[in-house]
Amino acid sequence: MNDNMKLSLHIIGLAFAFVAGSAMAQEAPDALVKRVSQEVLTIIKSDPKVQAGDQARIREVVETKLLPNFDFERLTALAMGRNWRQATPEQQKQLVEQFRTLLVRTYSGALTQYRDQTMDYKPLRADANATEVTVRTEVVRQGQAPVPIDYSMAKGASGWKVYDVIVGGVSLVTNYRDEFNEQIKSGGIDGLIKTLQAKNSPK
Amino acid sequence: MKTLFAIAALAALSGCATTGGRADDPFEASNRVMFQINEPLIEYVAKPVAELYTTIVPSFMRTAVTNYVNNIDDLFSIVNDALQGKWDKMGNDMGRVMINTGFGFGGLIDIASEAGIPRGMEDFGQTFGYWGIPTGPYLFIPLWGPTTVRDGTGSILRLLWSPTNEIPNVAARNVVYGFVTVNETPGVVDAWKLVDQAALDRYTFVRRAYLQRREYLVYDGKPPPEKDE
Repeated sequence: MNDNMKLSLHIIGLAFAFVAGSAMAQEAPDALVKRVSQEVLTIIKSDPKVQAGDQARIREVVETKLLPNFDFERLTALAMGRNWRQATPEQQKQLVEQFRTLLVRTYSGALTQYRDQTMDYKPLRADANATEVTVRTEVVRQGQAPVPIDYSMAKGASGWKVYDVIVGGVSLVTNYRDEFNEQIKSGGIDGLIKTLQAKNSPK
Repeated sequence: MKTLFAIAALAALSGCATTGGRADDPFEASNRVMFQINEPLIEYVAKPVAELYTTIVPSFMRTAVTNYVNNIDDLFSIVNDALQGKWDKMGNDMGRVMINTGFGFGGLIDIASEAGIPRGMEDFGQTFGYWGIPTGPYLFIPLWGPTTVRDGTGSILRLLWSPTNEIPNVAARNVVYGFVTVNETPGVVDAWKLVDQAALDRYTFVRRAYLQRREYLVYDGKPPPEKDE
């Protein structure tokens, strides 16, 4: 094999890697939501460990499939509201970490309840060059009213990330803002961190 | 007469609003007491009842009870669609009630949903909101759950005017009351499980979620943007 050929193979390889990489980064927000939710639903419906309620396996699914698509720093900052700027970088880091853990635990606990449901995806209404969008979906369960779930997403350096989830009109960020405010009022930011740690430590 | 009394009781309750605390929850102190009273009722009444109910009553029967309640809700939705001039929803809800009552054994089978007719889901609380009546103070009622003076008034009207009250045979009527009430418990127990897991302070969490949800319903899914802080 001559050097020229080696070089051209190398270039082709690079081109493929580039195309594959950009295809992932360019994935539209609604396509991302659809792909990830379908992946998770498939696992819930087919994985025997998940169906048996194996918490370790469920958490693994949440950690590997869902978490990479969330911007927890922005989510935490929004839930903190104006208190976010009062927190030191170290406190901010802890808040993001603890809040993330709480949400993972909550979501993992609820995940197995979604076994019999299907999801509908609404057409995305946004400009092609928008950097903030709301992806609208609907959870449909037999014999029950459909529950709308909206994902607020922003475009960053590593693609689209979710920074709020609105279930039937109840925003995650807004709901926790009251909770955080109340804790900070009574015990300061460190008080809030302690409460979150206590909540997250296994009972 | 019962209606008047209930509304007067709620009005009196809202009239003695104390100053201090949150504007939307002036009775926070007494609401929190009610919330405390509610906890053992969920744990030692609702939970065992829900377990027994889901064990004994097969799922198709539970669905039938849900459909029965939904059909009556749809009936009230027609009234509230009209009161808000939402004629498209009113058409849907009228179609739903006629189909489900006529062909679904008095609403036990939800044929209309199978046919793809969406539920309007308008209630009196939303109608009051549509016409600019504020929520009034937030209230927490043991076993009933979160409400507001506005929504609670709507719920009372819904209960007092329910066609179930017109079932002539007392025993049959009471059986229906029983099923309708007990049918709620599994959903309530599940919701509390989620709150237990998610909330730092369950009282605050439930209050915020309830008020957000109702605001969203009043504005048909397009509430005005939340002010930061």
